[in-house]
Amino acid sequence: MHADQAGLPRRAASLTEQFKGGLAAPICLTWELTYACNLQCVHCLSASGRRDPRELSTAECMRVVDELERMQVFYANIGGGEPTLRPDFWDLLDYSVAHHVGIKFSTNGVRLDKRAAQRLARTDYVDVQISIDGATADVNDAVRGTGSFALARRAMDNLAAAGFGEFKISIVVTRHNVSQLAKFKEIADGYGARLRVTRLRPSGRAAGSWADLHPTAAQQRLLYDWLSARPDVLTGDSFFHLSALGAPLPGLNLCGAGRVVCLIDPVGDVYACPFVLHEEFLAGNVREPGGFTRLWRESELLLRLREPAAAGACASCGMFDACQGGCMAAKFFTGLPVDGPDPECVLGHGERELAKVCLPDRPQAGPGHSRRPAGRSAPVFVPVDLIAVRAAT
Amino acid sequence: MAFDLNRGWRLNPAVSLRPESFGALVYHFGNRRLSFLKSQQLVTVVRLLGHHDSAADALAAAGVPVEQRGRYAAALAALADSEVIDAR
Repeated sequence: MHADQAGLPRRAASLTEQFKGGLAAPICLTWELTYACNLQCVHCLSASGRRDPRELSTAECMRVVDELERMQVFYANIGGGEPTLRPDFWDLLDYSVAHHVGIKFSTNGVRLDKRAAQRLARTDYVDVQISIDGATADVNDAVRGTGSFALARRAMDNLAAAGFGEFKISIVVTRHNVSQLAKFKEIADGYGARLRVTRLRPSGRAAGSWADLHPTAAQQRLLYDWLSARPDVLTGDSFFHLSALGAPLPGLNLCGAGRVVCLIDPVGDVYACPFVLHEEFLAGNVREPGGFTRLWRESELLLRLREPAAAGACASCGMFDACQGGCMAAKFFTGLPVDGPDPECVLGHGERELAKVCLPDRPQAGPGHSRRPAGRSAPVFVPVDLIAVRAAT
Repeated sequence: MAFDLNRGWRLNPAVSLRPESFGALVYHFGNRRLSFLKSQQLVTVVRLLGHHDSAADALAAAGVPVEQRGRYAAALAALADSEVIDAR
């Protein structure tokens, strides 16, 4: 998030310190509307594919929007699955905007035909983010599935032709696309779009593909230098673990889980952040009495996450203030203690710890809502955990 | 940029303020920028701007001591830059 701080820093405690204690409502709320997806990306953090029959109804979604309006959550980051596959997607979008909750939604582009693009161009307070994970079809489709690059480019063409203005192109950085950063930027600039580059987390199906996909230490250094030179590239504040390499990247350099960030999943479950769909980080469900508001204010889990975190094994490291120990989700799903180093710690502490983790000790992400691994068009990186779980059941 | 304390200002109609323990969170629905007001007194000043003929009057009404006006003017200048407040 790019934010301004107007005010009187000599008196007030730093904003970062304030944020650690939590806010009256999230700044960055992710809301996944459905587990249904036309794609089966190997790194999908919600392990999406099949719709869940328990997903929130239209009326229930609208009640959540009402709550967000009352809490003054100014916008929601809508995702999935593929949110546009919900038949009521456009109604929910209109309802939300009419209730002063702006919508920023992520899509693979499947439903963004010319008409949809024109409709979006006419709607205020809606931002669109199209995901690709390669600047070329071969690199992208290896992760997102055959034909997905063409699908995304068609949606970008339609948005540009409709005069939507500045949409976003969102990339998850992997070992295989990090060399294409310049090319991604070129694509974005060609559309007058904004490039958004975020970190790969080992969550959902990425629990099984992370080891093959996450950038190497040398690539992280290149990425840090590249991002440092391009403050106009958005990062979702996701690379704060790289701050130990030098000056911090723009944005909030802290783990926002439960403090300024949280996730509502398609069945109404509320998790501390979009990258920890696991019962250990489940605060409750919006269908419970008091709804989302009560969970945000009173959930034991979220309150615990707002307490000062122990630096643990990182306490003796001089870089802790810079990297804050990295990403909770990245540690959790790779089997590392959450008060220890990030698996991608730039000083190499995480790598050493990872070597000690026994595979069966890692938290099981489970198959989630993945469709059954299919034939020819199946992506090349087969999630190993998934197979293990299926064999056992 | 110097901030003109003698003219009238107002909260931009596209902006919402959300009270927080440290002050307020500010969101501009037009340019999508998020800002943070890091003191309750600054929040009071911003809310009062529209009700007074000049920013100086609003500062006085909010009880900002004279010796602190320079700091507040700088904060208001930053808010004007990001279109949170605009001149009337």
